[in-house]
Amino acid sequence: MFNFNNLRKMKNFRINRISIAAVVLGLSLTLGSCIDDLRQEPVTDITSASIYKDFGNYKNLLAKLYGGVAVGGQEGGDGNGDIADIDGGFSNYMRLLYTLQEITTDEAVIGWNDGTLQEFHKMIWSPANEFNNAMYYRLYTEIAFCNEFIKNTTDEMLSQNGISGTNAEEAKTMRAEARFLRAQAYYNLLDLYGNVPFVDETTFGTLPQQIKRADLFNYVESELMAASEGLKAPKSNEYGRADQAAAWSLLARLYLNAKVYTGTDRNADVITYCNKVIGAGYTLNPSYENLFLADNNVNNPENILSVVYDGEHTQTNGGTTYMVHAAIGGTMNPSNFGVNGGWGGLRTTKSFVQKFEANDLRGRFYTDGQTLEINDLGNFNDGYAFIKYKNVTSTGTPGVHDNWVSADMPLYRLADIYLMYAEAVLRGGGGDMATAVGYINALRARAHASTISVINLDFILDERSREMSWEMTRRTDLIRFGKFTSSEYLWPWKGNVKEGTAVPEYRNLFPIPNNDLVVNPNLVQNPGY
Amino acid sequence: MHAQTTDSTTKEKNIEEVVLIGYGKQKKEDLTGSIASISSKDFNGGSTSADQLIQGKAPGVTITGNGGNPGSGSTIRIRGGASLTALNDPLIVIDGIPMDFRGISGAANALALINPNDIESFDILKDASASAIYGNRASNGVILITTKKGSAGKLKINFSTTASVSTKMGNMDVLTADEFRKYVIDHATQQKYIDMLGTANTNWQDQIYQTAWGTDNNVAISGGIKGLPYRLSLGYNEQNGLVKTNEFRRTSVGINLTPKFFDNHLSVTANVKGSMTENRFPTGGVIGAAQFFDPTQQVYDYSAQGDQVHNYWEWWLPTGTYNTNATSNPLGMLYSKRDVSTVFRGIGSLQLDYKFHFLPDLHWNVNGGYDYQKGTGAVTEYAGYRSTINTLGSRKDYSEEKTNKLFETYLNYVKDIDAIDTKIDLMAGHSYQKFNYKIPGAMTYHGDSSYDDPEIPRDKEENLVLLSFYGRAIFTIANKYILTGSVRRDGTSRFYNGTDNTDNMWGTFYAASGAWKIKEENFLKSSSVVSDLKLRAGWGETGQQEVGGWYNSFPAYNLSNATAQYGFGDSYYYMYRPNQYNPNLVWETTQTINAGLDFGFLNNRISGSIDWFKKKTSDLLGDVAVPAGEFSNHNIKNIGNMETDGIEFLLNLVPVKSENLTWDLSFNVAHYNPKITNFNEVAAGYIMETGGISGGVGNKVQANVVGYTPNSFWVYQQVYDNSGNPLDGVYVDRNGDGKINKDDKYLYKSTTPDATFGFSTKLKYKNWDLSTSLRAVLGNYVYNNFASQSNVQSIATNDYLMNLSSVTAAYGFKTPQYWSDAFVEDASFIRMDNLSLGYNFGEVFTKGSNLRVYGMAQNVFVITDYSGVDPEIFGNIDNGFYQRPKIYSIGLNVQF
Repeated sequence: MFNFNNLRKMKNFRINRISIAAVVLGLSLTLGSCIDDLRQEPVTDITSASIYKDFGNYKNLLAKLYGGVAVGGQEGGDGNGDIADIDGGFSNYMRLLYTLQEITTDEAVIGWNDGTLQEFHKMIWSPANEFNNAMYYRLYTEIAFCNEFIKNTTDEMLSQNGISGTNAEEAKTMRAEARFLRAQAYYNLLDLYGNVPFVDETTFGTLPQQIKRADLFNYVESELMAASEGLKAPKSNEYGRADQAAAWSLLARLYLNAKVYTGTDRNADVITYCNKVIGAGYTLNPSYENLFLADNNVNNPENILSVVYDGEHTQTNGGTTYMVHAAIGGTMNPSNFGVNGGWGGLRTTKSFVQKFEANDLRGRFYTDGQTLEINDLGNFNDGYAFIKYKNVTSTGTPGVHDNWVSADMPLYRLADIYLMYAEAVLRGGGGDMATAVGYINALRARAHASTISVINLDFILDERSREMSWEMTRRTDLIRFGKFTSSEYLWPWKGNVKEGTAVPEYRNLFPIPNNDLVVNPNLVQNPGY
Repeated sequence: MHAQTTDSTTKEKNIEEVVLIGYGKQKKEDLTGSIASISSKDFNGGSTSADQLIQGKAPGVTITGNGGNPGSGSTIRIRGGASLTALNDPLIVIDGIPMDFRGISGAANALALINPNDIESFDILKDASASAIYGNRASNGVILITTKKGSAGKLKINFSTTASVSTKMGNMDVLTADEFRKYVIDHATQQKYIDMLGTANTNWQDQIYQTAWGTDNNVAISGGIKGLPYRLSLGYNEQNGLVKTNEFRRTSVGINLTPKFFDNHLSVTANVKGSMTENRFPTGGVIGAAQFFDPTQQVYDYSAQGDQVHNYWEWWLPTGTYNTNATSNPLGMLYSKRDVSTVFRGIGSLQLDYKFHFLPDLHWNVNGGYDYQKGTGAVTEYAGYRSTINTLGSRKDYSEEKTNKLFETYLNYVKDIDAIDTKIDLMAGHSYQKFNYKIPGAMTYHGDSSYDDPEIPRDKEENLVLLSFYGRAIFTIANKYILTGSVRRDGTSRFYNGTDNTDNMWGTFYAASGAWKIKEENFLKSSSVVSDLKLRAGWGETGQQEVGGWYNSFPAYNLSNATAQYGFGDSYYYMYRPNQYNPNLVWETTQTINAGLDFGFLNNRISGSIDWFKKKTSDLLGDVAVPAGEFSNHNIKNIGNMETDGIEFLLNLVPVKSENLTWDLSFNVAHYNPKITNFNEVAAGYIMETGGISGGVGNKVQANVVGYTPNSFWVYQQVYDNSGNPLDGVYVDRNGDGKINKDDKYLYKSTTPDATFGFSTKLKYKNWDLSTSLRAVLGNYVYNNFASQSNVQSIATNDYLMNLSSVTAAYGFKTPQYWSDAFVEDASFIRMDNLSLGYNFGEVFTKGSNLRVYGMAQNVFVITDYSGVDPEIFGNIDNGFYQRPKIYSIGLNVQF
């Protein structure tokens, strides 16, 4: 048996000196390495310092800039969302844009009771509205991602990170695309909120100052001009990525509304840029319906830029998944639309229905079990259902997934350019009236609607509604024509009155959310709120 | 550790009470800080989880069970916690190893994985002067747990077994089928909803609950083999939950060796504890679904439509698809899913305490520990139920591995210097702890493989390192005056921002305290009335950094999943997103002042203590809204300041102490008052909303506001008619501006109660023993989210019918009124936690053995005005809460 006591007696002194020396040595070794161990870097995520050094990452970085418009977060179904306080699908850029730009108009009503959603069609929203809050922060998060990319792809940064040759050229094109996407987000802010905080890649990290609407207009204009110099020529970039035609289309839209944003007309510039786009060789898609089907990414000569969705790879509860599911309810059969069910939400008002001739292919309404009149906004059967998007291809095959829709969502297409041209001509921007009428008739012929020989502004407003229904421009159009808030045009449940009533003019702008006003003392709320 | 710890059930020994104080021990009479010490003789009987053992025993320590599902654990708060949105949990140290705060996937709470029968004592460090020595994670107090050790000598075997039956406390009050039929006919806005009514009378809550049985068995063997004391314990606990399909099983093993070498110069404590916990969780949301399902519908549907969903009755649309917006059949929910997990945990520690041969007053202590947890689980959704109509079933196998490595060493010098009649105790040390977790990517496979992700998700791994240096000095003068001082310097990798400026990673925390043993003074020393009197006072600082993730300050990018890619041309690309981060985060610091008086009279037949404290927390860590333009709309920042003051009182009485009859009582009460004093960088009057509720989108019902108690309810003041019924949407216009909007909301009550009470008593007459313990909370207010979700829209939306709470059906609100203060109910309560009666047969087997048989009831009764089932809900928002069972058990304990 081991005798511990003998051991101790024998080695008493030597143990003491040896043990002291060992202690000191051991401690100093461990301490030194321990303190360095505090510098822990992420294991799974990739550090900012290293990500820009590898050009292989650049396309993935660019993907988030486009993806921020398409989906709500980093996981399918909008999981791991980019913004907090609102659940994934509700924070989707396009779904929120639809809520603010379409549900507030004669083109759409929604039946759900989620939070303050009903405030939009009734036009009674307040600065506490959580969807308004989400739209605002979604736009700024998109801008922040773009700012970061733009900051890290300057010529200096590229050479510092060792990116050269063709990689550097491609990186510069990507930078121009980032500037386009940022300008697009600022355009939405300009249009929805007017006077907003301003932050770009140089002011990032400081408390933003508020910029006035007219100055923001100038910024968006200059950014789009600068971007179009770096963007690829029309139709020469990959599908899904912006090119010069996209920048010109947005410029045309910006100029068309210049009077609302700055007080000065810019209709001549509208004509210039419409002509540039038309001159690039886009033509109308022979079928209106095909523009909104699951395979609208192929054989679509009309498309300038779309948000790209795919049932297997780009899954979100916003975007076209929302557009298809939310519009199905009542006796509608979801499998006719290529999906597994309807969410029973979206219908339209009689003001919209009455704009269509019987033959007009663009007026596809589902009426079985639906009433034209709306007595109860919450009941799906009140109001005709409207058919816009389907998760089915042009040959009738359903999309690859029965829940997540594969149809892409057009942001800019030739039809919009034609309409803007015609309107700018009518507003005295120059151009040629006969050409304008020709464009309108081309759209109408495609839709099997009757030809017309003369156009006026009111007709253009209605034609825009027929052609561009549910494509995120209605509120902007109504404001431009002075009909969004005024009594000149009333539609069902406008102002929370069944036949519609005027609402105060300050509602032409959305309020800056309370959440930002409390944390940024530089900001002043829009008037009326 | 307590000297001579054994598994004795009856014999009391005159033990010099020694208490753990963090890196050392002190006699209880010499403590200068506020420390509550609870040993096994005072534990609550029948506890299946370690946290239940001390519920209601120490003033200022509230332990709120997280729910009735076995293994769900508790939320522990000491003096209300010190943080706002950062972690408020106390640090738990088991046999010298500080535990990781977070649980592991598949197990609800870390403490539930330890066998309560292996625990000898809890020492709870409540004020900063005591906990400052644990500096970096001790802002919310520290709980030191010591497990049972063996003792040299004869072999002792202890065996105990319990069999129990659990029943529910009750059901939430909803309309019966007939009441619901009448309600729909009276209030429906459209005929089609009246047509949806069924003819059955189903009580859905009764359908999902069951009477559950459980068993708990433990064997412990202790003794000494040739001078090597050991203790070996084995335990098996099985407990089914009140909700059908809910099961829990835990097998645990513990080995404890405490040999001494070199003529007692080297004490070794080797400890290994292992447990394997298996859990089947009931489908989430089933309790809420049972509360709200239409009672006029039958449970089963044998039509062709019902065949699609295993014949459970569900809501369908006229087109033949199921109604995606409707509630789901609760029984169908329960049986459609099998959600099981197994967690294996092993904690091993080796502590060496070497008394130097040349200087016996100097001890060198080395402590190494390794805590390993592995959780694996599988979630299976069977095909042919409502939830799997589209996906055709699914299966996900997942796992997670966590490790916690500790290395600590300190030197401790204790010497009595007779010349100045002072005992000095000096200690200096260093500690290093590294946490790591790994979560391999887990794929969910579906019956319809088009629902599968295109690729297996990525693995995830993170590390956290905590480092500290500490020192303490204790001077005991003339055995009457005690002074203590300590300092600790802590570093955390959590605030590493990638630059060389590492100041924000470090924090320094000081503490000083003193005690005056008034009893030892000459004027009291020989008193027979006063047996103990000690005055204590202390000041200390502690730090907190448990907030958000482990890399809050480091700029990094996150890569998206396979189903969140973006298409360019013919290819899809994963998206890189820049993470929100804050490179300027610093430690949250809490300063506490504590003053206390310990007293004892008549040979400690009456004893107790009273404490007063005040805490100030600065640089509060919180996840708050930030100005637009950052990578997200929120970020973790140091947001402000908070203060709490409070008072605690403990009284122990032994009215009768004789040969055949002993009776003792213990009573404690605590009150504390937290207030937010400042928010940085925001406009005055900033309202930080918190307390999410069910109903609507992102709705919150509580708020943090400067000058008020945290988590106060932020609601409208309801207006009532002359008969006391609330008027729909009519609220008091508190600011008199003619409009009712959020400016008319006010802060009403909060999650902080007025006072918490604990009471326990034990009566022993010859071989019989009777004991009971009760708890009460006064001024407890709970938001009844179950009631607030019911209104006329329940029977007028989305083509299905939803049942209503009886309370709100009477109100008749047309639309949801979530923010009415009518839903903030007084839920003050008195609860009898347990009642037990036992008989000890004495030496039935060998000499020195005994056999005790007992019967026990837990959660015996609750007295409250609250309209829901259980008034005790952490967070004070009642939404589908899994109620605590009433448990009746019989058991026996034999020792020989």
